[in-house]
Amino acid sequence: MRIKNARGAIALTAGASLALVLSACAPPMDEEPGGTDTGTDTGTTEPTGDVAEGCEDYAVYGDLSGKTVTVYTSIVEVEQVDQEESYDKFEECTGAKIEYEGSREFEAQLLVRVESGSAPDIAYLPQPGLLNTIVNDFPDAIVPASAGTEANVDQFFSPSWKEYGTVNDTFYAAPLGANMKSFVWYNPSIFTEKGYAVPTTWDEMLALTDQIAADYPDSKPWCAGIESGDATGWPATDWIEDVVLRASGPEVYDQWVAHEIPFNDPAIKSAFDVADDILRDEARVNGGFGNVATIAITPWTDGGLPILPAGDDDPQCFLHRAANFYQNNWPEGTNVAEDGDVFAFYLPSIDGESSPVLGGGEFVAAFRDAPEVAAFQEFLSSDTWANEKARVTEGGGWVTANNGLDLNNLATDFDKLAAGVLGDPNSVIRFDASDLMPAAVGAGSFWREMTAWFAEGKDTQAVLDAIEASWP
Amino acid sequence: MDWEYVKYYFNWLTGEIRDFLLVANSPGQKIVLAIVVIALFVGVMALLLWLVDRPRNPRGWLVASVFAGPALVLIGFGLVYPAIRTTQSSFYDRTSSVFVGWDNYVRAFSESEFQIVLRNTALWVFLVPILATAIGLIYAVLVDRTRFEKLAKTLVFMPMAISMVGASIIWKFVYDYRQASSPQTGLLNQVLVWIGIEPQQFILSQPWNNFFLIVVMIWIQTGFAMTILSASIRAIPEDIIEAGRLDGLSGIGMFRHITVPSIRPALIVVLTTIAMATLKVFDIVRTMTGGNFGTSVVANEFYTQSFRYNDKGLGATLAVILFVLVIPLVVYNVRQMRKVEEIR
Repeated sequence: MRIKNARGAIALTAGASLALVLSACAPPMDEEPGGTDTGTDTGTTEPTGDVAEGCEDYAVYGDLSGKTVTVYTSIVEVEQVDQEESYDKFEECTGAKIEYEGSREFEAQLLVRVESGSAPDIAYLPQPGLLNTIVNDFPDAIVPASAGTEANVDQFFSPSWKEYGTVNDTFYAAPLGANMKSFVWYNPSIFTEKGYAVPTTWDEMLALTDQIAADYPDSKPWCAGIESGDATGWPATDWIEDVVLRASGPEVYDQWVAHEIPFNDPAIKSAFDVADDILRDEARVNGGFGNVATIAITPWTDGGLPILPAGDDDPQCFLHRAANFYQNNWPEGTNVAEDGDVFAFYLPSIDGESSPVLGGGEFVAAFRDAPEVAAFQEFLSSDTWANEKARVTEGGGWVTANNGLDLNNLATDFDKLAAGVLGDPNSVIRFDASDLMPAAVGAGSFWREMTAWFAEGKDTQAVLDAIEASWP
Repeated sequence: MDWEYVKYYFNWLTGEIRDFLLVANSPGQKIVLAIVVIALFVGVMALLLWLVDRPRNPRGWLVASVFAGPALVLIGFGLVYPAIRTTQSSFYDRTSSVFVGWDNYVRAFSESEFQIVLRNTALWVFLVPILATAIGLIYAVLVDRTRFEKLAKTLVFMPMAISMVGASIIWKFVYDYRQASSPQTGLLNQVLVWIGIEPQQFILSQPWNNFFLIVVMIWIQTGFAMTILSASIRAIPEDIIEAGRLDGLSGIGMFRHITVPSIRPALIVVLTTIAMATLKVFDIVRTMTGGNFGTSVVANEFYTQSFRYNDKGLGATLAVILFVLVIPLVVYNVRQMRKVEEIR
């Protein structure tokens, strides 16, 4: 048998394209393993001691010329621009190169990459629960925080924030940005027009709800939306957490998170009932979208928009509980201010005295033991970065719990309000519970069951029992 | 892969060339690397083919192994090995460390949420192939040899060119719901409002929402069925049709006694191919409901368990269940394809 030339050629072409695909799939090799130096340090132009102008705050990180640090994160698009801009000065002064990669599939992909041995140098973990998983499942992949990072965190963050970045008594990850979730968005001009006062207790808030329902029979007082692609349900968990913190107190909250009390404990059930009173009452929701079930299919990003009336119409809804970062969802040109189109008030406590705050944030974990990685991690936990990030975030919508931040560097009054609450020593701050629970609950059954709670009107006890049963 | 290990094998290259190739950072380096790899591959393949071609009468096994060898290695590495690993992890716990026997399988078949998943998968696999093939067949017969054949076929075939995610987003808009007092943004609800019916929450109303999702898959697959079946209808020999006509057949009789029996093998290939695609359906469910509202299917649940809940054992179990369900279809499909080829 002779091989015909044409066939041979086809085989070769097919094979060649396969090889091309395979070579494209090979992992990039940014740095040699083991930290061996590729090139000899040519001792860049600057001698030590002489620091370029504007780089004084960066001298501590030394000369990192020719080094690259890869960053993998779930922060994408709009916010990515500011994020990258805040590293410019670090890159300029130290000579290091930061390679930023944002992905919407971050949470699933990070574990895949860590498991396959191609972890990024630095990852921003949006949940302490994920840090826990990584430390327990891949103890050799993650590197404890550098001494400089730890010193910064001790200086600039409250102990509870450090605790969230600690697993089994080892401190791994420093906080980056922070969220303040206990806000209720409202329309200030309607409040002025009708003489509504911003409520300072839960009962006042319910009275205001009834007042609005009476004044605007064609609208509903509250609106909500928990649809968020494959993360549908998370906004509802924030709602519940805020209420647990208020109805049952921070101690019960901590026990609930740590599973020292079952998920279906009566204390949690009673908190659900408080939320139920607003969120599943057809007379109170879902302004602009329809009945209670529509909460499950309304995109989170659209949930509060009916607060802004179309033309001279009455708003379709008046109150929307959402985190500080909801401010990025208002249409362009919306004036977010106390005398503007929309603003937010602090979700009041039930006793009217304590001030519980639900927060969230990202944590910076390192996966390579190298000086440049340690330096970058240290930089991100410093007051230098916090202020630089505040300066470059010209549009607002970013805060941190770093108390080295000068509030005047924040772009908007609203950011100052959020940062002020986070930094207030009287605030009892608790981290987003679903981010602390195991993924099977915090990113699984809790989301899923909350969605069913709205979509199917599922019984509260059944919801709680199902979540408890799924706890690994 | 351990790069130190790889580099060890490339020690014969001088340091700089080696680093240039293996530490490919810039696009230029990557392109050079790609060209080198392609050249290597072409070289090795050419050498092998040349060697096989050398003897006047090459031995059969030698030819077979050179041709099938690379494919077998790739199948082994990319398919068989992962399949074995997956099956193995399905007997282990969520972190793949503790052996748990059949526990994962018991869970997958006994817990009510997974029973809904299995029910939905059954619904999909039953409805999509039958409806898509039936509609495709009837359409193919109806437009066959008409004046608008090309245009009509293009219209039905077009959804095939849209990705599943794209199609899902389109249909999500079609099913979109707004309260009765607001202007409707969804096409279907707007139509309902025009004819005086209250707008419906298509995505939410269980169990009917499953059917609204299934419609999307049928919309995509009908084009495929129509194209293949139309080609086989064309391939029916004229003399058979002629004979049928002489025996007084026409219309539905012709369809039942001549057309369908003649294209039976093609029909079965189409049915099984669509059934396989349907078993693996994931994109539509994930895009439209994320598996909420009682619409999850096995493939979606597998992804959720493996990558969101980090339960590797249960994820692997669902993958194995899917795999076992697909096998008979694949076997049947391959056998039918062989029959089609024999007939030709």
